[in-house]
Amino acid sequence: MKPTAFDYFDPPTLEEALSVLSECGDEAKVLAGGQSLVPMMNFRLVRPTALIDLNRLRSLDFIVEREGSVVIGALTRQHSVETSAITRTHAPLLAEALPFVAHLALRRRGTVGGSVAHADPAAEIPTVLLALGATMVAQGPKGTRVIPADQFFVSYFSTVLKADELLTELRVPAAPPRTGSAFLEVSRRKGDLALVSVATEITLTPRGVCERAALALGGVGSTPFAAVEEAQLIVGQVPSPRMFQEIGKRVAARISPDSDLHGSAQYRKDAAAVLVDRALQTSIARAAAESRSMESSK
Amino acid sequence: MNKVHSEWLGLRVLRKEDQRLLTGSGKFVGDVTLPGMLTAIVYRSPYAHGRIVSLDLARARQHPGVVAVYGPEDIGSVGTIPMRMSPRDGLGECLQRPLPTGKVHYVGEPLALIVACDRYRAEDALEAIDLEVESLPALTDARAALQPGAPLVHEKFGTNLAEQLIMDKGDAARALAAAPVRVRERLRIQRHTGVPLETRGLLAAYDVAARTLTMWGVTKVPHFNRSVLARMLGHPEHLVRFVETEVGGGFGVRGEFYPEDFLVPWAAMRLGRPVRWMEDRCEHFVATNHSREQWHDVEIGATSDGRIIALTDTIHADMGAYIRTHGFVVPDRTAALLPGPYDIEHYHAEVMCALTNKTPTGTYRGPGRYEGTFVRERMMDVLAVRLKLDPAELRRRNFVSADAMPYDVGSTADTDPVIYDSGDLQSAFDAAIEMSEYDSFRREQANERGNGRLIGIGIGCLVEKSGTGPWEYARAEVDNSGHVLVFTGLTCLGQGLETTLSQIAAGPLGVHPDTITIIHGDTARIPFGVGTCGSRGAVVGGSAVHQAASSLREKILTLASSQLERPMDDLVLESGQVKVRGAPEMSLTLREIALLAGPTRVAEGIAPGLSVEAFFKAPMRAYPYGTHIAVVEVDPGTGVVRVLRYAIACDIGRAINPMIVEGQLTGGLAQGLGGALLEDLVYDGDGQLLTGTFADYLLPSASEMPGSVKLRLLEDAPSPLNPLGLKGAGELGCTGAGAAIANAVADALSPLEINIGELPLTPNRVRTLVREAMAANQ
Repeated sequence: MKPTAFDYFDPPTLEEALSVLSECGDEAKVLAGGQSLVPMMNFRLVRPTALIDLNRLRSLDFIVEREGSVVIGALTRQHSVETSAITRTHAPLLAEALPFVAHLALRRRGTVGGSVAHADPAAEIPTVLLALGATMVAQGPKGTRVIPADQFFVSYFSTVLKADELLTELRVPAAPPRTGSAFLEVSRRKGDLALVSVATEITLTPRGVCERAALALGGVGSTPFAAVEEAQLIVGQVPSPRMFQEIGKRVAARISPDSDLHGSAQYRKDAAAVLVDRALQTSIARAAAESRSMESSK
Repeated sequence: MNKVHSEWLGLRVLRKEDQRLLTGSGKFVGDVTLPGMLTAIVYRSPYAHGRIVSLDLARARQHPGVVAVYGPEDIGSVGTIPMRMSPRDGLGECLQRPLPTGKVHYVGEPLALIVACDRYRAEDALEAIDLEVESLPALTDARAALQPGAPLVHEKFGTNLAEQLIMDKGDAARALAAAPVRVRERLRIQRHTGVPLETRGLLAAYDVAARTLTMWGVTKVPHFNRSVLARMLGHPEHLVRFVETEVGGGFGVRGEFYPEDFLVPWAAMRLGRPVRWMEDRCEHFVATNHSREQWHDVEIGATSDGRIIALTDTIHADMGAYIRTHGFVVPDRTAALLPGPYDIEHYHAEVMCALTNKTPTGTYRGPGRYEGTFVRERMMDVLAVRLKLDPAELRRRNFVSADAMPYDVGSTADTDPVIYDSGDLQSAFDAAIEMSEYDSFRREQANERGNGRLIGIGIGCLVEKSGTGPWEYARAEVDNSGHVLVFTGLTCLGQGLETTLSQIAAGPLGVHPDTITIIHGDTARIPFGVGTCGSRGAVVGGSAVHQAASSLREKILTLASSQLERPMDDLVLESGQVKVRGAPEMSLTLREIALLAGPTRVAEGIAPGLSVEAFFKAPMRAYPYGTHIAVVEVDPGTGVVRVLRYAIACDIGRAINPMIVEGQLTGGLAQGLGGALLEDLVYDGDGQLLTGTFADYLLPSASEMPGSVKLRLLEDAPSPLNPLGLKGAGELGCTGAGAAIANAVADALSPLEINIGELPLTPNRVRTLVREAMAANQ
């Protein structure tokens, strides 16, 4: 379990990183936290001839609130995002999901941008970003592109990023008032990739009508899955438990997960139905609780 | 004078090993480096079964950094790796050669050794080996392998049935036919194994001038391995030295003689340079012994009030592609101990040991017993459901009674009769029932069902085997500075051997355990030894240490008595001194006594030197026993099983160091829980291992352990077979876990009438059972 030989670059600036990336082309791999890439290199599943280490690019390590969004630099460690007051206040779903990402030691090294660019369909961060309608910012030789999450993921470990582009920033819309979120996951062990995960967020009107509902699943196909039409069923309604069960069933019917060693396609459909139901119940309860506390603090 | 000195037994002495292990100064094989050392890696078969058309090593030999590449033709005919346990004739064709000729037999079988300046270059060269194989159908199922017309793993052997074992007591067939109640099931335990966090590793160095070959990294049974290696190399045994290193877990799989144990020293001798091989995790999963995989067609006959009359079982054991050093010990022990703690008049078991195209197998903590305990205890619950009897009550009606001891089970282990040595088998059960609050659980269960939660309780009663003989060696000495040394033929696999042996020797020798040095695992310093395996260390090796230390005490007191001119009865040996009762001014230190034992000073008739050897012989085994009780929650929607609480009570005769025993039980439980819920070596139909990394072969972590683990050590039944009354404690924590957790899951799901027939209880498997039950109930 040793990698094949490669050239190593550690550019000090984004401009230099982009220029090295252009020169090396398809044969290069970009190293952020290395928690997925390095094992894959050791297994010789990937054999880059050049490794471009981004860890000197401190400018890509930040979390700020800007124009109604939580903006996160691609090189920000998962653990920093998990513990940031900005994330917890304005992107509670992301904060709730992050403890499910591997283990603490790995999150202190792993980056949010790395997880998104790696595009494992069972990973938590891509699923949450899809649910929340986040946008990804990429830079390449031809400038900057802003890509909505629902156009970003192509298939297993594959995104619309071009070989000469770097993911630099994630923009997560801040949660409006009277919002509740929930992240549920079933995995073989704590810290393993999800067999199925469900990320949901619901916003209520002051009268308890569902104003906005976001729902996405991980582990149920080649990319994270956004259940947009199913979530739409409760928008404009005062949601009831029966609706959640129905949404769970519909989602299960529409996804086409793969079977693997840890769970059959049927298993994943069953688990998806149950988790969607439970996650919606939890998020609506949380939204209602927040709504009540806003009323009482008026 | 025949008093047993055991002043330090039963104390929670801190482990003397921990200082070096916790501060990172312990020396593992990977820490030993020698000048000019080379790295070896093994090229392994990517195919499960096929004829070798060509194995071309030429390109690999040309690779930069490569020193040598050795294939089967380079090694020549060096014979096969013998069975260490219960060897028997006629199996030669099933034993493994270091490198095979003619065929490949399993994925991971070594085919060539690459020696290079570093591992990176070696792995590059490995990709340049060209193997052409004419593929043959792969046998991946023990039952299919025994069907007429099945392809043969070893054609010259003529069959895939490597061995058939039979246990017979009474007339089980007739008793079963006449039994008022019969339950029959097919049960399966999945292939899984001991996965030490430190993989195997070897370092071999050959001193060309002195002709000595030194091996580091073989920790378990070094004297046996040395004999095998000397024979295969055709080198005098006294010129081969094995030096133990620290290990990151043994569990049965480490330290046996594997093909690499020949290839690496052979290469070091051939090259005249030190060669180190460190198994990587990918290799480990295909190269190191697998274990546990068995099918059982089992039937119990009972009276209508739940008294078991007969037990029959047809067992198919998947041995893998070769018979390795453990021989048939695993299936043998399953059948030997299948009746467990119950008094069963009629018993019949047949074990088919089948060869398949999978990694060869060996022992793993609780070998054979984890499997048999799962089978028997599941059947007890199946019978309880049939009889509408509480599972605890059914067990109470069947325990071997205390006055039946010693109790002849009627089975054999390696042809020795299985005779339980002592104890009240129900006592541990009663303790576990109390600790787990079993009697109030049904109310809790009903309440939780009302809240929509499914919880269940499961019992796993077991009898373990320990103290495997035939003997162990020890030598106790006082050096010229007055320090106590104890040599042992045991090796240390991480279980605190230095601490517990010090506790045993400290009593007779009147010194603090911390001042004793335990010397183990170096064949140059220890002339004889069997080694550490099968919960024998304390029982057999500890008894040898006790014997040596007690004899040395006699010698010390004899010399002091003559010097001080006082009768031995007036002497006290404590704090490193011999003192005279009532005469505090008269004393001798151990250092002074050591000088008195010098060759020119010692009296006629007494051997010079303060050094005494002992061999403790153990013709019979000691049988500890215990009960596991698990409380689990099952999520029927996702199939996820959580172990909420756990209790283990066991009688081990006497705990030398309760803290260490509790650590053993807890660690064993983690592994047993892994077997119950997570670990599975899955093969596809082509004989490819699908769970060959830690991403797919799932070990339990701290997060998967139960929220509460209660342990109770009983010492009501000291073994009559050794002076300290010891029984082994290394495996009890593992053995009952598959049974207890499976029974608890079945109990949690009892509203759905689900039967658990197979481990591990993955979310997928549990959910599938729930879905099928719900469909059937509609």
